[in-house]
Amino acid sequence: MLMNLFKFKGGVKPPTNKTQSVGLPIARAPLPSRLVVPLHQSIGGTPRPVVQAGDHVLKGQLIGEADGWISAAVHAPTSGTVLAVEMQAQPHPSGLDALCVVIEPDGKEEWIPRATVDYKSLTPEEVRGRLQHAGVVGLGGAVFPTHGKLTASKTVPMDELVINGAECEPFITCDDLLMRERAEEVVRGIGIFRDLLQPKKVLIGIEDNKPEAAAAMRAAVTALGEDFTVVQVPTLYPAGGAKQLIRVLTGKEVPAAKRSTDLGVQCFNVATAYTAWRAIAHGEPVVSRLVTISGNVQEPRNYEVLIGTPMGELLKLAQPHPDTDGIVMGGPMMGFLVPNADVPVVKATNCLIAHSERLFPPKAAEMPCIRCGSCAEACPHELQPFELYWFSRAKNFGKTQEYAIFDCIECGCCSFVCPSRIPLVQYFRFAKSEIWARERDKNAADAAKARFEFKQLRDEREKAEKAEKLAKAAAAQAAKKAAEAAAAAAAPASGIAESAAPAPAPVDADADADKDAKRATIEAAMARAKAQREAVQPKNTEAVTIEQQRAMDEIESRRVVLAPAAQEPAGPTGKKAE
Amino acid sequence: MFAPAPYLLKDISVSQVMTQVCIALIPGIAAYAWLIGPAILAQLVIATLAALLAEAAMLRVQRKPLAMFLADGSAIVTAWLIALTFPPLAPWWLVVTGTVFAIVVAKHLYGGLGQNPFNPAMVAFAICIVAFPALMSQWPVVGLQQGLIEQINIIFGFSPRLDALSSATPLDALKTSLKLGEGTVDVARLLANQDIFGNFAGRGWEWVAAGYLLGGLWLLQRRLITWHVPVAFIGALALISGALWLYNPAQFASPLFHLFSGGAMIGAFFIATDPVSGCTTPRGKLIFGAGAGLLAYIIRVFGGYPDGVAFAVLLMNLSAPLIDLLTQPPIFGMKDKA
Ligand code: SF4
Ligand code: SF4
Repeated sequence: MLMNLFKFKGGVKPPTNKTQSVGLPIARAPLPSRLVVPLHQSIGGTPRPVVQAGDHVLKGQLIGEADGWISAAVHAPTSGTVLAVEMQAQPHPSGLDALCVVIEPDGKEEWIPRATVDYKSLTPEEVRGRLQHAGVVGLGGAVFPTHGKLTASKTVPMDELVINGAECEPFITCDDLLMRERAEEVVRGIGIFRDLLQPKKVLIGIEDNKPEAAAAMRAAVTALGEDFTVVQVPTLYPAGGAKQLIRVLTGKEVPAAKRSTDLGVQCFNVATAYTAWRAIAHGEPVVSRLVTISGNVQEPRNYEVLIGTPMGELLKLAQPHPDTDGIVMGGPMMGFLVPNADVPVVKATNCLIAHSERLFPPKAAEMPCIRCGSCAEACPHELQPFELYWFSRAKNFGKTQEYAIFDCIECGCCSFVCPSRIPLVQYFRFAKSEIWARERDKNAADAAKARFEFKQLRDEREKAEKAEKLAKAAAAQAAKKAAEAAAAAAAPASGIAESAAPAPAPVDADADADKDAKRATIEAAMARAKAQREAVQPKNTEAVTIEQQRAMDEIESRRVVLAPAAQEPAGPTGKKAE
Repeated sequence: MFAPAPYLLKDISVSQVMTQVCIALIPGIAAYAWLIGPAILAQLVIATLAALLAEAAMLRVQRKPLAMFLADGSAIVTAWLIALTFPPLAPWWLVVTGTVFAIVVAKHLYGGLGQNPFNPAMVAFAICIVAFPALMSQWPVVGLQQGLIEQINIIFGFSPRLDALSSATPLDALKTSLKLGEGTVDVARLLANQDIFGNFAGRGWEWVAAGYLLGGLWLLQRRLITWHVPVAFIGALALISGALWLYNPAQFASPLFHLFSGGAMIGAFFIATDPVSGCTTPRGKLIFGAGAGLLAYIIRVFGGYPDGVAFAVLLMNLSAPLIDLLTQPPIFGMKDKA
């Protein structure tokens, strides 16, 4: 079947470096001495640990329960003993620690009971629930929980289901080998997705530098009697980006602000389809994945690796050359150097590249941008990277947003082509994280201000009440004294009936004095509060620009919404004053 | 250790870009040296040395790394463009003045590489033609049989500057004759004068322009420039000259004459395409190129200077930021909205 392919603009052609690791079939990595399984391996809520140190677990046993709908469960990759549930370094560019379950394997690989199910007997909800509980997430690297993408839009008909076997990053071949060796199960997995989404067409995109994989997939599709179309797409980085592949196969462009289902298309990675099939039909949760080990090694190859395997231990299987000085997780275009060799393989780990200066020479010094425009030509999202760079550098984050910085997929094409060797993507990450941080700070500051004002009002009220009490006591004292004095004055002239007459007077005087004192103290407290409020008013609100004033007004109006809680305590004091 | 992705980089650097621009100029330079006179080679050397010295001094003052920036080649490109647009027998100090001004003022005072809003070579040309109009319009009589040594002697002032050596450029000659003739002289008759004019433009100069065209096509093929600016520049120049030529061929020279005269070809491929001072969006480049071509013609034919390319490019430099702002292309996924 001939298909009309579309092109995406931009893209680059880095040397693919794929032949090194496709020579040998997939091997099973041996059990490591220890497994460190991070609980947070997918986008969304962090799964809650359900085991503790000392517990014995079986292979496939739940160790982290999904937290919320966008979250996926985590399972023990092998049988053994839980040594600890503790913070450990993560394979993440930030190098931050996160909660992990550390398991010492017992070597028996004892599975939980697994039931083979015919998924056609399940309702769509059950299928989605099972996928979530089996920890099925996007294995292309985005690790979005798969069940969350398996509901078609109610308003837009589902036109195309796109299956991503493009694998455009250099060095990585795990999807290639998966399709070559396990095409049938991949196709069966795609069948599950198709049944849930009911698309008009299923398109499997594979870059044309993987003819064996395409042939294997075609054969499997025919053997299973499916009507999926295997399409060979031109080899051009980043053709394997979901949005680029969707563009190439369907002509649809999914902007950052939209979900692909809004355009009637959804995209899954081939490895995700494979694990979905294993999970549904065989009851096997995601406890392992295929990882390409390549780069500065003697024996590049693909391995089936248990999640949680320390990367250093895994890398040894491929015999790294002695000058290896780090491990890149992912491909050379979008990957990152992991903080140390102990960090574990996670669901997002598709490739480990032994890094050396011979393989990746240190970058030349950064020169000023000469506005040559190469970056804009290479950008698959048709952004103007040099403008984004300029504004990121100047910390003019508003402008970076005007130039659509959040549409940047961080593919690295712009950095790749820049003759000035500007690490453009790094500037964009910086700008994005700054914008996020500011957003957070602003929210936090607003909350803190509301809290502060509430506290201030409470203090004022308490002070006012205290003053009131004191005043009352003083008034009572004065009244008592007055009464005593009156009584004393009346006493010498006693004996006459008059004696009863003055009695009401002190009572009145008492009440009046009481009222006056009260009013005086309240007024004093209010004046004090007002003075105080003025004292803490920010002094820099004069000479603000129109934008700043607008921003302030906006914040104020939002605070008014929040205010009832803060203003209530003020009520009584205020009302009394009237 | 925390070098960021991408780890693979394309094998290209600023100095490679600049070197290729210089290589692309070589066919034009060869024709120039062969047909107009070998003095151009001396001028290229003078301008290059002046540019490198000025660049080094400015880097020194700003405490920027000397080796890295000197090697970037941008100063050499500026120097070559100056040498190629100045009269070949101009005294050495004129070329040096122009070059130093370009590097010091037009480039470094605006922040150095990548920061200059104006094309430095064209700033040099404009300053010198305003300050030294006589020297800047002394072009050698074509076919002047002089060796390199004799020409160098003139450049350095060892030989007297004979007025007989100099004439106007073909563009200037045509313009002046037409003006003096006040309608009695026609273009065809003037162009028949083979001392100045060749087959369709200036004698010899048409081959120099053809050399630039060749180099420019090579740059296009290497994808170092995009087609937008040259096509728009040449298109606009051809269109307006063609329209007026059709209207009155006795008064206005043909498009071919205009395209192969003066700075048209070097302007279209090497000057208006300067990315730093030009436009960067595709539509912006089209506007920039067309604007420069149009202005060049207007200044040539109706303005006070024999060739308009320098002023046209400078005027467009001035509007480049605004044009860029107004021509931002729609991004991926946002096309229907635009
Ligand atoms: S590729 Fe580099 S030098 Fe060229 S415009 Fe982009 S950022 Fe500037
Ligand atoms: S990293 Fe961002 S700006 Fe650079 S090419 Fe990719 S999408 Fe464009």
